[in-house]
Amino acid sequence: MIASPPHSAKSTSGNRTMVNDHILRMLETIAGQGNVSTQSTDLLTHAYDATRQKFLPDVVVHVENTEQVSRIVRLANTKKIPILPRGAGSGFTGGSLPVRGGIVLVLTRMNRILEIDTDNLITVVEPGVVTGRLQAEVEKLGLFYPPDPASKDFSTLGGNIAECAGGPRCVKYGVTRDYVLGLEVVLPSGDIIHTGGRTMKNVVGYDLTRLFVGSEGTLGVVTRIILRLLPRPESRKTMLVAFASIDGAARAVSTIIQGKIIPTTLEFMDASAIDCVRRTASLDLPAACRAVLIIEVDGEETALDRQVGNIGELIASLDVLATSIAATTAESEAIWQVRRSVSASLRSLNPDKFNEDIVVPRSKVPEMIHALEAIAARYGVAIVNFGHAGDGNIHVNVMVDLAEIGMRETVDQVLDEIFRATVHLGGSVSGEHGIGTAKAPFIAMELDPATLACMQTIKKALDPNNIMNPGKIFPESADEHRLSASRP
Amino acid sequence: MTVSSSLADLRHHIDQCVRCGACQAHCPVYLETCRESSVARGKIALAEAVLNGAVDLEDRLRQEAGLCLLCGSCAAKCPNQVPADALVAALRERITAARGLSSLGRGVALFTGSQRLLRGLLRSANLFSSLFFTKIPTQSGLRLRFSPAALKERVVPALARHTLFDRLPEFLPGDEDKPVLGVFAGCALTYLYPATGEAMVRLLNRLGYPVALPRSQGCCGMPALATGNQRLVGQLTAANTAAFKSNGTKTIITACATCHGMLADQPVIHGSPGGASVQDIHVFLVQAGLVDTLATLPAAPRRIRVTYHDPCHLRNRGITREPRALLQALPGVELIEMEGAGLCCGMGGTFTAAHPELSRAIGDRKLAGLQATRASVIASSCPGCVLQLQDIITRADLPVKVVHTLDLIDQAMSGEGPA
Ligand SMILES: Cc1cc2nc3c(=O)[nH]c(=O)nc-3n(C[C@H](O)[C@H](O)[C@H](O)COP(=O)(O)OP(=O)(O)OC[C@H]3O[C@@H](n4cnc5c(N)ncnc54)[C@H](O)[C@@H]3O)c2cc1C
Ligand code: SF4
Ligand code: SF4
Repeated sequence: MIASPPHSAKSTSGNRTMVNDHILRMLETIAGQGNVSTQSTDLLTHAYDATRQKFLPDVVVHVENTEQVSRIVRLANTKKIPILPRGAGSGFTGGSLPVRGGIVLVLTRMNRILEIDTDNLITVVEPGVVTGRLQAEVEKLGLFYPPDPASKDFSTLGGNIAECAGGPRCVKYGVTRDYVLGLEVVLPSGDIIHTGGRTMKNVVGYDLTRLFVGSEGTLGVVTRIILRLLPRPESRKTMLVAFASIDGAARAVSTIIQGKIIPTTLEFMDASAIDCVRRTASLDLPAACRAVLIIEVDGEETALDRQVGNIGELIASLDVLATSIAATTAESEAIWQVRRSVSASLRSLNPDKFNEDIVVPRSKVPEMIHALEAIAARYGVAIVNFGHAGDGNIHVNVMVDLAEIGMRETVDQVLDEIFRATVHLGGSVSGEHGIGTAKAPFIAMELDPATLACMQTIKKALDPNNIMNPGKIFPESADEHRLSASRP
Repeated sequence: MTVSSSLADLRHHIDQCVRCGACQAHCPVYLETCRESSVARGKIALAEAVLNGAVDLEDRLRQEAGLCLLCGSCAAKCPNQVPADALVAALRERITAARGLSSLGRGVALFTGSQRLLRGLLRSANLFSSLFFTKIPTQSGLRLRFSPAALKERVVPALARHTLFDRLPEFLPGDEDKPVLGVFAGCALTYLYPATGEAMVRLLNRLGYPVALPRSQGCCGMPALATGNQRLVGQLTAANTAAFKSNGTKTIITACATCHGMLADQPVIHGSPGGASVQDIHVFLVQAGLVDTLATLPAAPRRIRVTYHDPCHLRNRGITREPRALLQALPGVELIEMEGAGLCCGMGGTFTAAHPELSRAIGDRKLAGLQATRASVIASSCPGCVLQLQDIITRADLPVKVVHTLDLIDQAMSGEGPA
């Protein structure tokens, strides 16, 4: 048993006795004894996600089918016990944290790819299927599932749908939402509903599919997913462009888009990100380089060289220092390695990281970068920016040492200013990581009261007892939503 | 793997973990169980809770700590270089220190000690008889790998009449201008597959190297480490150091991926055997130019389809090209890459003994990829993997032969046809 509350785990505000022996027996009857655990080892290992916050659940249940999910949710609803759908637990905003205790419903074992229909280009999967595994399987058949969050090798499709995950390829191909045709969902009542279907077109009734995509597990548990697939692009080409100024890079992004070219990816790194990588790896970049764009195009082999040439011409006048075009897969991989090593290299800068995921209209990227530089200078904090410039989605990393006196207050102000600047430019406080607990304090900055009230009305209608992932998205109690850093 | 005696010493590594979950993609146990407590991130959370006194060393915690192959795949792929395998080993050490050795651990401790016991036993015993387990020397990893539970229905090789040490002298002279190479054989190549061990020594000697095969060498210590017996690891390391110190070798060659993984990192803590550097034989042979030599061999009348399995303990150190380069250079071999070549075989030192069913489930994930190659031979560069692969293939009733990479090279160089 747990000897004392774990170190930094916050005690849950829920009432620990709400999951009593009787309820445990019922859970065991539904899911099987081996799948229900109140062992401290299981509670401790389902208390966190990638935010590094910790909240202990009361019980962990590994489910195997929709029927079990439905019966468990129905039971929880009757007893008013929180239900926490959980995939891989790789969320960046606390979506799967049991902030009020309750039942963690682990969906990782519902991981069958039920069907890949090559005639209709669709696939039917269970929510625990890992994104990268589905991609590998459909690619074997010449098909393509584009959404590619950096966590694709371990995050689940259920989690991707709940957060509407995006990734580098979304510039051209769109986000998770654009591939979901239909869902099976267990509602907070325990009822099982089916939204959308297997067809590309469907206008029967409300578009509930879109309502559930991005709902962060607060409206129901997704138990089956129908996804749209594309033919796999024949080939791709990667280039890395080094700029003498961040302005050049930012203008290059809007110039390429205005030039009516939509590359597959348009990733950018600012000077501080480059410096971080330089500190941990040798980088073959000119010393004067202040920003980098990684541009990838895909399609028919023959068209790619022309596209790359066009891009080169379009941006040539924009402070470009050097351009390298990968000739082989290995060279392309080396370019991507630079981008992927940014996150891990941040720790060389400062111990505490506040990782924000803002998005602005693409044309506003230069202005946003300037605003970020101004905020960094004004408060004397390091802000490292990189991310999906092609769709205006910037990963803003405020790197500080919280041990410094007054730093927490400074960070609060810095984040507040960042979000204000974002919203002011017509942007959004979260592009792909969701709201969860981490961004809840800022949601009202972006949504007007009537819109927020509309969302809460929907939540109340579907989940009157507030059992489905309570304490997420909507700011309910200040205590639950204290800002937290993660140590990179 | 980094070997340290104390979990507290490794606390900074626990703090290094950002809980991203990326290790889920690489952990063979997690991929089978889909349970967070199986994966490195979960183990790290448990190790942290133990250090903070937030959880007791209860049964369930000990079970979870046991569910790890110490394969190092998580550590090799972790974006923050968290050595989760070393943390698990340290957690087990803590459990052992508090609770004493498990019965498996006692078995290992009993058998990894005395060579005499082990040899005598192997001469007389039927591997399947329980006698084997009561008589094998205390310091051999074999005792651990073949506990009665693991042996149930397991396919094991017929025991060699003569151990590696019976077959070869302690020193084989070579060219005067070539340095003496030490050979660290390890338990499996000494007692179970001495023919492969002999092939290794012969190959090196044929290339002109004088070879030292000290009799007093023992187990690499991996089984001891896996059972949380760091004291025994220390003793074994000391014995191995003494064994290799006397003959002044600067390079020690291994042909067992696990021994290599265990010994190559030892300098960090204990100092490697005799202060020499430990090198995998495939890497050594490629550097010595054997690929070119093999290319000059006469063409074979027919080529057999061979596929290669990556042992975790080589793959995770980036040793994947060398064994393939050697196989590809063999005239009688057509090397076919299999999907999932890098998937773990499920052996994991003591893992297969402690969790036979899970171990088999992990290993069976290799079957689809293997069958798709239509290979008639699967080669690997670790006798532990060879043993496990044989079990997987026999149970699946596949017409595939399992060999050590060196067996194929040796056959080709001796002018014998492959397989
Ligand atoms: C290193 C790293 C890189 C990342 N990169 C990206 C990126 O590039 N783009 C991006 O968008 N995100 C990224 N993320 C964030 C994260 O991986 C995604 O949000 C992902 O979609 C979460 O999936 P998961 O399976 O881990 O879900 P979890 O973290 O387990 O859950 C996330 C949310 O989904 C809910 N949920 C899970 N399954 C279901 C279900 N079946 N039904 C209903 N609700 C459910 C949970 O309740 C929770 O609210 C990254 C994370 C990490 C650690
Ligand atoms: S061990 Fe490494 S890969 Fe696993 S969660 Fe921790 S930081 Fe991530
Ligand atoms: S060492 Fe291997 S089995 Fe153990 S946690 Fe890491 S990946 Fe999993």
